[in-house]
Amino acid sequence: MLKNRAASCNAPLVSESFLGDVLQLSCAALLLLAIVPPAQGVWPLPQSLSSSAERYPLSPREFNFLYGKGSAVQPGCTVLDTAFKRYFRITFSGYSGGKPLTVNKQPGCVSPDGLWCGSAPLAALVVNVHKGGCDGFPDLNSREDYKLSIADGLGSLSAVSVWGALRGLETFSQLVYQDQEGTYYINKTDVVDFPRFPHRGLLLDTSRHYLPVRSILETLDAMAYNKFNVFHWHIVDDPSFPYQSPTFPNLSSMGAFHPQTHIYTMSDVKQVIEHARLWGIRVIPEFDTPGHTQSWGKGQPGLLTACYKGSVPSGTFGPVNPMLNTSYQFMSMLFNEISSVFPDSYLHLGGDEVNFACWKSNPDIQQFMKKMGFGTDYRKLESFYIENLVRIVTALNKNSLVWQEVFDNAVKVPADTVVHVWKGNKEQYSQEMSSVTAGGFKVLLSAPWYLNVINYGQDWMEAYKVEPLGFNGTAEQKKLVMGGEACMWGEYVDATNLTPRLWPRAGAVGERLWSDEAQTSNLDTAYDRLAEFRCRLLRRGIRAQPLFVGYCDHEYERI
Amino acid sequence: MALIKLAVLFLAASVCLCSKHKSEKVPKLVNSQYGSLWPLPQSAQISVTAFQLSRSSFQIVHAPKSSAGSRCYLLGEAFRRYFEYTFGYSKRLNKDRKQSGAGAQVSELQVLITSSEPQCDGFPSVSSDESYQLTVDQPTAVLTAPEVWGALRGLETFSQLVYKDEYGTLHINKSEIKDFPRFNHRGILLDSSRHFLPLKVILANLDAMAMNKYNVFHWHIVDDQSFPYQSSLFPELSKEGSYHPYTHVYSPADVKMVIEYARIRGIRVISEFDTPGHTQSWGLGQKGLLTPCYSGEKPSGTFGPVNPILNSTYNFMTQFFKEVSSVFPDAYIHLGGDEVDFSCWKSNPDIQKFMEQQGFGTDYSKLESYYIQRILDIVTGTKKGYMIWQEVFDNGVKLKPDTVVEVWMGNALEEELHNVTSAGYTTILSAPWYLDYISYGQDWQKYYKVEPLSFKGTDAQKKLVIGGEACLWGEFVDATNLTPRLWPRASAVAERLWSHKDVRDTDDAYSRLSQHRCRMVQRGIPAEPLFVGHCDYEYRGL
Repeated sequence: MLKNRAASCNAPLVSESFLGDVLQLSCAALLLLAIVPPAQGVWPLPQSLSSSAERYPLSPREFNFLYGKGSAVQPGCTVLDTAFKRYFRITFSGYSGGKPLTVNKQPGCVSPDGLWCGSAPLAALVVNVHKGGCDGFPDLNSREDYKLSIADGLGSLSAVSVWGALRGLETFSQLVYQDQEGTYYINKTDVVDFPRFPHRGLLLDTSRHYLPVRSILETLDAMAYNKFNVFHWHIVDDPSFPYQSPTFPNLSSMGAFHPQTHIYTMSDVKQVIEHARLWGIRVIPEFDTPGHTQSWGKGQPGLLTACYKGSVPSGTFGPVNPMLNTSYQFMSMLFNEISSVFPDSYLHLGGDEVNFACWKSNPDIQQFMKKMGFGTDYRKLESFYIENLVRIVTALNKNSLVWQEVFDNAVKVPADTVVHVWKGNKEQYSQEMSSVTAGGFKVLLSAPWYLNVINYGQDWMEAYKVEPLGFNGTAEQKKLVMGGEACMWGEYVDATNLTPRLWPRAGAVGERLWSDEAQTSNLDTAYDRLAEFRCRLLRRGIRAQPLFVGYCDHEYERI
Repeated sequence: MALIKLAVLFLAASVCLCSKHKSEKVPKLVNSQYGSLWPLPQSAQISVTAFQLSRSSFQIVHAPKSSAGSRCYLLGEAFRRYFEYTFGYSKRLNKDRKQSGAGAQVSELQVLITSSEPQCDGFPSVSSDESYQLTVDQPTAVLTAPEVWGALRGLETFSQLVYKDEYGTLHINKSEIKDFPRFNHRGILLDSSRHFLPLKVILANLDAMAMNKYNVFHWHIVDDQSFPYQSSLFPELSKEGSYHPYTHVYSPADVKMVIEYARIRGIRVISEFDTPGHTQSWGLGQKGLLTPCYSGEKPSGTFGPVNPILNSTYNFMTQFFKEVSSVFPDAYIHLGGDEVDFSCWKSNPDIQKFMEQQGFGTDYSKLESYYIQRILDIVTGTKKGYMIWQEVFDNGVKLKPDTVVEVWMGNALEEELHNVTSAGYTTILSAPWYLDYISYGQDWQKYYKVEPLSFKGTDAQKKLVIGGEACLWGEFVDATNLTPRLWPRASAVAERLWSHKDVRDTDDAYSRLSQHRCRMVQRGIPAEPLFVGHCDYEYRGL
């Protein structure tokens, strides 16, 4: 698809003196223009990939995605039927239905070994899935491994589940490229691939700014291109409550920025979940309590703790009121609804950054503390709340994800709870990963991947260099690392700037969570592939920003 | 001015965010008495009396006594544009719907140009009169301006005074505005060399500039990385030096379109052809132009700055700048002159010999000055004025009195402004406004708080500061992220350069700017948010 490997570097134009400056940027990648076969341009890098110079043309007129004869899934499989259609368009993104393929270009055949000439076209990619199931949802244990083989004019993709087939189709689409004349080619290639971590997530925050549904859907597309498999939907928070609850419609009618234009209706939510499913992406909603709930209070009077100024209520409100039965009745009903709306077996319960000042000010709370024997340790009150909430969620047959404070505050939670580490620098989060896993809990890493925090320059490199298993711990402990999530908090992000801010920076996290760390430790080769990949994203309509100076054959042309 | 800043790349280590939602100083949400006006006019009296505006009957027209009539297509276009901005994006109201109550209406905006030379077909210049006066009353509002340039600014202000009530009815309050810019040169620099910027992006940003009363597009059109300017005299320059000779170039027609699109919005286009450094891409299409660098006694195969010792260099530049000066109508050309790396010159034996002949010793800045001097003379011959980056002044090159020195270095900024103005040169400021440097949070406040005249100097010296420019260098910017990265951050600079120096209240600014950014979004510009919140009409593009 790209004219050459250096498509996003300006290397042909730079002099030595300029390169001197460039080197200071650690964009040494610009120097590494050794010709790599097109096959290595896959992002994230497959676990094992070998390819040769032998290549096969593909004709968009004749090429087919086919179900293998022995495949457990056959035409009518929603996931793959949709994927075939989608990947046809993606694979042949420059194709407008025009010129027929000229195979066997013998006259122009110059390759000494003759291999590049006259190869039979690749007529089809035959997909074999060993286990049926096209109507379910992906989950933490889904098999995403696949094998892809392109040889002798035959393409075959095999996977245990349709979810693995989806990952393989993505890889296939990235292996196809166009030569100068516009002919599509794929090289002889063998790929054996599987993810390093089963949970590769991306968090979007739709409370601090509302994100139109199409922005979310587009993000899901780009996630699939990066082999992400979890959309962590931080759907509500202090600033607004856009989730329209059938049980408690006042939550969004009072708590959203606007009750009609800035909400997610049930059909919006279902559309997001189905779109995600068809890409093999889980949707895990986060309803963060007891803090971060200012917007909840507007549509649910009595839910939040009334703060006091001296001996009178100040008119402001704090976290959810943890001492009232009504709070738990409400949560029970709300989470009952949520757990049926969102099919994933996990719910994210939040539990971070609870400010105790309001609780401390409230005389009823003080009395309750005394009654419960909590002394003045408000963390115990927080734990009391969370434990009640977890009990509610467990009764609904859901597992819980929680931010790290819940663990830090020694809340009693079920053993299969996943702790989400988000705080601190490398030393701090490594220590936390150690402690959480030593406690026997599963863990997710986000601390080094707050992509909402921006810096001048190539900050994708920092995200890329993170090693999720770099903490002190036994092999058993390391097995408890489920993966991680890139977070795009919404303080400064809405539909105007979300996509370029997210991509290709989140791609760095995508590769770190999918690929083998030993094969992906070199920033220079990563730069080359990522630069090419970002041009590919542009070609697919994703407004991914540049890594550094250079160009793509097809630039973004919209406003 | 581009490379030095790159050094900070490594310094920008990732910051530890010790709180997930590190709340920083967020301005208080106040309701500005000035509504959504941006940049704030020099004088605005807005009464509480509100009038209605009706899409079906409202018109923008030439006043009977205006010296500009229906032949003034610059204004005709502007009337249409501002009518659409004002009404076009609101849902079309049912024409039969009764107006609520007997509210008084503004049914007409009359535009009165008073000068006998309205400038309908002219180009804006540094001395263009952008002042205007706007009286909003019923049934007729009157916008008076000496020249069309002021009328354009006034139309923007008028459109910003209109607001919608909760029933969707448009209103405007009885108002009296007297306005003029604090500085005459209010520019945006875009870099189309490090990344190619499709025409559409440039045009959209000219629209956004007009919404912010900017009046100079500084087009840093070529640089080391690529040469997208298609020259009629030297077509090889872009054929060889652009990223792609068809898809990544600006044809003469493209350039004309940019200039005309800018002109009818009251925006000057000042092109920059930076030499003798920053010229790697020139060498690809013009053999022999750049200095061959040597490694020991042999040419190394790489090239340095323009070769300053050859007559052929000056012959080329004479022809080239003759073309440039006719293509770009503005009275000024930006000649660059920054960041010349001497190492290649030093390595070249012919250059060494020339240094000796000229008696330059080993002071290569003298060689640089020698080159620049000749370029300045060449450009003077084309009857153009020139702008240059500050190094040219710092190196003591003899400059024409009307030279504009652009100050871009952040260290010793006030001293530089003092020196340049005490030498009697006009100057513009861009050092504090390198918007390509991004950081987490509300950095618009930093740009907003800059005071361009805070340096030590006499009143006469301060008068020599004719404005400033927000620069968006292109290392990390292309069409995908340019617009949200530039707006509304550049809006902060716009108000600093237009409004009275005492307009500095960040709370008031936050309130107006939040609304202004929503207005830009509604007009199709993906301006990014300042902080948490929402717009009634969110960006619908992708």
